[in-house]
Amino acid sequence: MHRNEFKLGLEFSSLSEKSCQGSLLEEINMLGLLRQRAGGNVSWIMEQGIRAAASRAFSSSAKESMTVRDALNSTLVEEMSADPKVFLMGEEVGEYQGAYKISKGLLEKFGPDRVLDTPITEAGFTGIAVGAAYHGLKPIVEFMTFNFSMQAIDHIINSAAKSNYMSAGQISVPIVFRGPNGAAAGVGAQHSQCYAAWYAACPGLKVLAPYSSEDARGLLKAAIRDPDPVVFLENELLYGESFPVSAEVLDSNFCLPIGKAKIEREGKDVTITAFSKMVGLALQAADLLAKEDISAEVINLRSIRPLDRRTINDSVRKTNRLVTVEEGFPQHGVGAEICASVIEDSFEYLDAPIERIAGADVPMPYAANLERLAVPQVDDIVRAAKRSCFRSR
Amino acid sequence: MTTTKISIIPMLISSPRSGEKADSCSGILNPSSFLGSKSFYKKHVLVNKIHTRRSASAPVSAVSSDVIQKKKKPTADLVTPNLLITKQEGLEVYEDMVLGRAFEDKCAEMYYRGKMFGFVHLYNGQEAVSTGFIKLLTNGDSVVSTYRDHVHALSKGVPARQVMSELFGKTTGCCRGQGGSMHMFSKEHNVLGGFAFIGEGIPVATGAAFTSKYRREVLKEDCDDVTVAFFGDGTCNNGQFFECLNMAALWKLPIIFVVENNLWAIGMSHLRATSDPEIWKKGPAFGMPGIHVDGMDVLKVREVAKEAVTRARRGEGPTLVECETYRFRGHSLADPDELRDPAEKAHYAKRDPITALKKYLIENDLATEAELKSISKKIDEIVEDAVEFADRSPVPPRSQLLENVFADPRGFGIGPDGKYRCEDPKFTEGTAQGFLRSALRFLSSDFIQI
Repeated sequence: MHRNEFKLGLEFSSLSEKSCQGSLLEEINMLGLLRQRAGGNVSWIMEQGIRAAASRAFSSSAKESMTVRDALNSTLVEEMSADPKVFLMGEEVGEYQGAYKISKGLLEKFGPDRVLDTPITEAGFTGIAVGAAYHGLKPIVEFMTFNFSMQAIDHIINSAAKSNYMSAGQISVPIVFRGPNGAAAGVGAQHSQCYAAWYAACPGLKVLAPYSSEDARGLLKAAIRDPDPVVFLENELLYGESFPVSAEVLDSNFCLPIGKAKIEREGKDVTITAFSKMVGLALQAADLLAKEDISAEVINLRSIRPLDRRTINDSVRKTNRLVTVEEGFPQHGVGAEICASVIEDSFEYLDAPIERIAGADVPMPYAANLERLAVPQVDDIVRAAKRSCFRSR
Repeated sequence: MTTTKISIIPMLISSPRSGEKADSCSGILNPSSFLGSKSFYKKHVLVNKIHTRRSASAPVSAVSSDVIQKKKKPTADLVTPNLLITKQEGLEVYEDMVLGRAFEDKCAEMYYRGKMFGFVHLYNGQEAVSTGFIKLLTNGDSVVSTYRDHVHALSKGVPARQVMSELFGKTTGCCRGQGGSMHMFSKEHNVLGGFAFIGEGIPVATGAAFTSKYRREVLKEDCDDVTVAFFGDGTCNNGQFFECLNMAALWKLPIIFVVENNLWAIGMSHLRATSDPEIWKKGPAFGMPGIHVDGMDVLKVREVAKEAVTRARRGEGPTLVECETYRFRGHSLADPDELRDPAEKAHYAKRDPITALKKYLIENDLATEAELKSISKKIDEIVEDAVEFADRSPVPPRSQLLENVFADPRGFGIGPDGKYRCEDPKFTEGTAQGFLRSALRFLSSDFIQI
């Protein structure tokens, strides 16, 4: 075998390994690159490789996979291409390619008029985006993390959420506030808060929390096309995670309805509600519970406001037990609202007290072991589910 | 105390020849000339520092009103190039200011009769600023204000009837009674609020200006709309003010920042709250012209406004205009107004902008006493009619409570029957049952409905 082909073969295999965790887009690019390099003299190994890649890329029956990062990036590209009124604004979104690389390549594609690097002025630039939305443009404001949105919260609540009401429908605000929310890894107390409960308490806002790439694409598209202010809570630790996506999800008009939760896993013994990163943990917990003959139904909330009370209540009426899981602080959290909703509407159906799993009621510590204690783990969910099934104290 | 001019363009304010202004002033207002004229500023700053450090109780020295002191003789033909304003413009400006004054006085009357409630902040005394700027704008231009916004809305063209109804909380108000005194919005007239938090309107105004530029450069539309942001002296110590000065100058947005410096933020004197009370100086610090003008003189304000608006329309970027003005009443109708020195109030009462303009119009034969009286009478009738209209208008129906929270009402989520709540006609009527029962308890069918 020619030495170059061998090297190329190695390169390809390592690339293809990455592509299993990586994106569809990378694969297609890879194919082009390989053909170029091979320059016509394609050996048997290369051919097999290219054929395999081709079958993965173009087969509609096989499920492709996509990271959440690529899902968000591709959605931004598609929506900005489709509607010239959509523009992106935030710190480091342009030349830096995005603090978490979500807006990679956008500056090059759309130019500095539509991808704006702002100075470090959350209150100022959020207000500017709201003012632009008053006049019918569709801004997407990226907060480096939602912790920084607290500097702009006056605009999110007072000039965005309340404006349609105060103006009696004259001025709607088609704006999206997005960015990573919740705990990352070791970033300390001021960078780790979950804002789902705070924003979800406010009338006039819609609050979405995607989990998988499908959620990311569908919900972000719905948010950008929505005529109301939407708070879109992503999660930094999910950006690199890869999820299978069908051809339907990759369609440029794929939107998910706002206000509809998804039943990720059907079950009959206990309902577990979760959103964002906690959905992954809930699914893992469900696997462990299945080994002990407890069939857990996992609901991915997707939409914190409006909350899909119907799906939650229907599920509780089926399983008669509920465990709510969230990463944020426990008092007045999302779980508290779900508990209230279920008690109000499905009280007679409950066979056990509702279990609420939330982050510890402390500012996030830095030390790794303490941080692990402050955030819900799979064991916590398993224990809570067992408690509600009266299997343990 | 001598009338030290702390303005950077003294020629502009006192020159009677409006026609020749455009070229000369654009040169003065050009940012590059500012950088070259730093020594000019320093001289004025040093001189004025002696005058501006004063206690709260001493009267404030003001820039003199040259317009009233000069007596201009009309020429034989009725065209008077020495005058700042034509007869028609003069009457329009006079009418607008009288409307503002009469309306606000009527608001006070209605408030004490119990027809108006909550927070009401009146604009008496500051009419020159609102009229001076807004009467130069087109309908497409936007105005953003604070809680002291009744007169801005009226000047921009919102009918007095609608504003009065809004204040009474009736469904015929410009915001159907849902906004109130502090939240005047009108999409038709591009009045973008009405904000209760000071400084909140400034970024929103900057965003509206951003939209003009975006429309022109990205959407390739023919758009030269400008935005005027009104706010007070207290706001100029707020972070958002500086953030927006920076971004507006950085991106050269078509916005005019108008400071209505009435020297008081509720009971806090501007001098007690601000390290450097000369607000106009904060403009050049960010790379835009900063102008100080006598805000009690509508003609001076108008001249400055013309320049600033033209600058913005040409794409030359933002301007900061500090208008020295005064509110004759307290901060709001609930404010006992005990901290302000009566001598200060008397000083400014003598400089009432309406009286000043009336004197100018009469002395320059632009209007007769009778014409001005008939305008006042007409305005009184308009205001009376507005009150009657508001009085007989209905209060909002119960169903209006849940309306307009979202532009897309599916934001209320999915109801117990699996369909979107907003699709149920009983939802806004208040007869629907379901998961929001506790929140909407008073709307359930157990209670008497309208």
